[in-house]
Amino acid sequence: MTNEPALNGMALTERDRSEPLLRAGNSNCGGCGMSSLLQMLRRAAADRELKLVVPACCAAVTGGIFPESAFSIPTIMSTFASAASVATGVASVAQLNGEPTRVICLAGDGGTYDIGMGTLSAAAERNEDILYICYDNEIYGNTGGQRSSATPAGAWTTSTPLGKQKTKKDILGIMAAHRIPYAASVSLAHIDDTLRKLQFALDARGFRFLHVLSPCPTGWKSEPAMGIELVRLAVRSGLFPVFEVFDGERYLINVEPEFSGEALMMYLSLQRRFRDSGVTEENLRPNIERYWNYLRLMSGRIVPARRDI
Amino acid sequence: MPVDLISANHAAALAATLAGRANRTARGFCSGVYPITPSTECMEYLCGQQIEKGKVVRADSEHNAMGICIGASASGARSFTTTCSNGLAYMVENCVAAAGYRLPIVMSVANRTMGPPWNIWTDHGDSLLMRDLGWLQLYSADNQEVFDTVLCAFKLAEDPRVMMPALTCMDGFILSHTTAQVEIPSQEQVDRFLPPTKIPHRLDKVAHTLGQIETPHQSVAHRLQHHQAMLQARQVYAEIQDSFAEIFGRRPADPLVGYRTEDAETLIVSMGTLGVTAERVVDQLREQGQAVGSVRVRMFRPMPDEELRRFFSGTKRIAVLDRDVSIGFGGVLWGEVRGFAEPATIVQNYMVGVAGGDVRPEHMLNLLAELEQRQESGAPQIVEVV
Ligand SMILES: Cc1ncc(C[n+]2csc(CCOP(=O)(O)OP(=O)(O)O)c2C)c(N)n1
Ligand code: SF4
Ligand SMILES: [Mg+2]
Repeated sequence: MTNEPALNGMALTERDRSEPLLRAGNSNCGGCGMSSLLQMLRRAAADRELKLVVPACCAAVTGGIFPESAFSIPTIMSTFASAASVATGVASVAQLNGEPTRVICLAGDGGTYDIGMGTLSAAAERNEDILYICYDNEIYGNTGGQRSSATPAGAWTTSTPLGKQKTKKDILGIMAAHRIPYAASVSLAHIDDTLRKLQFALDARGFRFLHVLSPCPTGWKSEPAMGIELVRLAVRSGLFPVFEVFDGERYLINVEPEFSGEALMMYLSLQRRFRDSGVTEENLRPNIERYWNYLRLMSGRIVPARRDI
Repeated sequence: MPVDLISANHAAALAATLAGRANRTARGFCSGVYPITPSTECMEYLCGQQIEKGKVVRADSEHNAMGICIGASASGARSFTTTCSNGLAYMVENCVAAAGYRLPIVMSVANRTMGPPWNIWTDHGDSLLMRDLGWLQLYSADNQEVFDTVLCAFKLAEDPRVMMPALTCMDGFILSHTTAQVEIPSQEQVDRFLPPTKIPHRLDKVAHTLGQIETPHQSVAHRLQHHQAMLQARQVYAEIQDSFAEIFGRRPADPLVGYRTEDAETLIVSMGTLGVTAERVVDQLREQGQAVGSVRVRMFRPMPDEELRRFFSGTKRIAVLDRDVSIGFGGVLWGEVRGFAEPATIVQNYMVGVAGGDVRPEHMLNLLAELEQRQESGAPQIVEVV
């Protein structure tokens, strides 16, 4: 547990309080993973100069109502499918003017996996100097909770009342296939790993992509206080692999799960979105195994090196 | 001033290049582009230019070409793109956004029919799709006018009293692919005409949010500001004509180009190259002693209402020629201008040259003959030209 300090590392520091990236009084639901992510981002960014591009998603609401701004950095709210192209323009002009600005896209899974996929792919192919962060709540939160291609099999959404049948899209596989300098999954339950990745991704050049599993009590029908715990269960069970990919080639597994059946069972039972579809630990197990076989193959690590959950 | 033989597509791209370079002492030039017939040669030309402190991003779609222009302009750069037809339709969502952020992006459109069924020939229905979106709209009738209009569009769009995107339109193929003489100014002259772009609300150091949520009363206030700024553009354009004339030694065309309208009893009203044909027809009819004139609408947004009223006053008959069809209504231009005519004037709408039909003088003569027979205005007519 060395990488999880007191209060899971989420206790506010003085700086988090006095100069937050996400200001107090914002409209996010209690227990929103995106709020925790922005807190971590604040800490990782330190004094770096940032600009934010946010497509239509919950974070576009988070930004607040004109003329107030819940984000403490210059921000542009783009159309739903355009985060990575608007960021391309912002980053290009920063580059032309020799500015050290780090341009960040903060997009939901809908704006990333679905409607913004072409935009994302094109910006990655051009290797634009952008840090693209997808906070994945596995649902269209903004519009009240419809399925996205990031919604896992078995989850109830307002547009899949019997539970989604299809499995989740492999976003990191897609991004790795673009051979971008850096792509990683981020567990908010693993604070040191999260901070390290955010810092690395902020400093790296070219297109960087972070996939963050982002608890959404409103959409997941879970207890707001349980969000980080749910992420931990997803990691422990192997459901959410924590790894990074350099240049689309070098895979590094960051957290070795114990593939705990109990963790998986708890993950499902603590969220009402899984209650009625009949999805069980056994249903999910084969897919988890298949994905981990693939990860082991890609990382070249046949035998787990470290059990650190 | 040196004269070059270039197509209107290249003229637009060259004007954008000179305008882009003119911002090298400020935040530079950045553009997202994507090809579509007949605008392609404009983006290709731009991709071949070396622009100091400039970057042309080869986008994956028109939607994202405009997205890139938005990001660039929101960062204080000068920005330009080009598209038409389905490309423009695909881009529209981000065109709405560009206007909403009040960014002075300039876009060249080589007007083309919307499809499917696919048709690459000229029709104004594509840019008219943008009628209500808060973009300035200017239509040209020859290559020099295209070149001058792009330069003027940057100055107009970037004027602090206006501050909004601008569309500069040319008829696809008829202009876009026709090579003609164009006077090309020096970079130094363009530098003088276009001082560094200043976008006061750009993303800079201060934390503020562009394009965030608004309440109804805030959006109404912003619409009102936008509307008033657009109306101001008429006055600002007049000033720009003066400063253009002073620097380049020729005066860019007026918002409405009247031709032999003094004492005219019959007027032909049109946009784009139809207006050039109309002027030849006016000459023919004048020789036969008929009091006919032509008004070419160059500035479609804002609509120059006072000048229109002045041109229309005392006119007996007006033929409004539309190179577009608003299906279930009639011509868009007709719908826009008929209200400026006096009650007794017969205003007849002919949608002619739609979807690329080649409108020749004899077609216009036939329409005018029909108009002369009329005792009152009738329903809009879609006229086939063969
Ligand atoms: C072109 C377009 N289509 C649909 C919408 C409506 N819309 C806004 S946000 C959203 C879903 C966002 O989902 P996601 O990206 O996962 O972000 P979240 O709301 O979950 O944070 C939708 C469908 C829109 N704004 N624009
Ligand atoms: S709906 Fe979910 S993602 Fe959106 S603000 Fe609420 S908790 Fe966060
Ligand atoms: Mg979502």
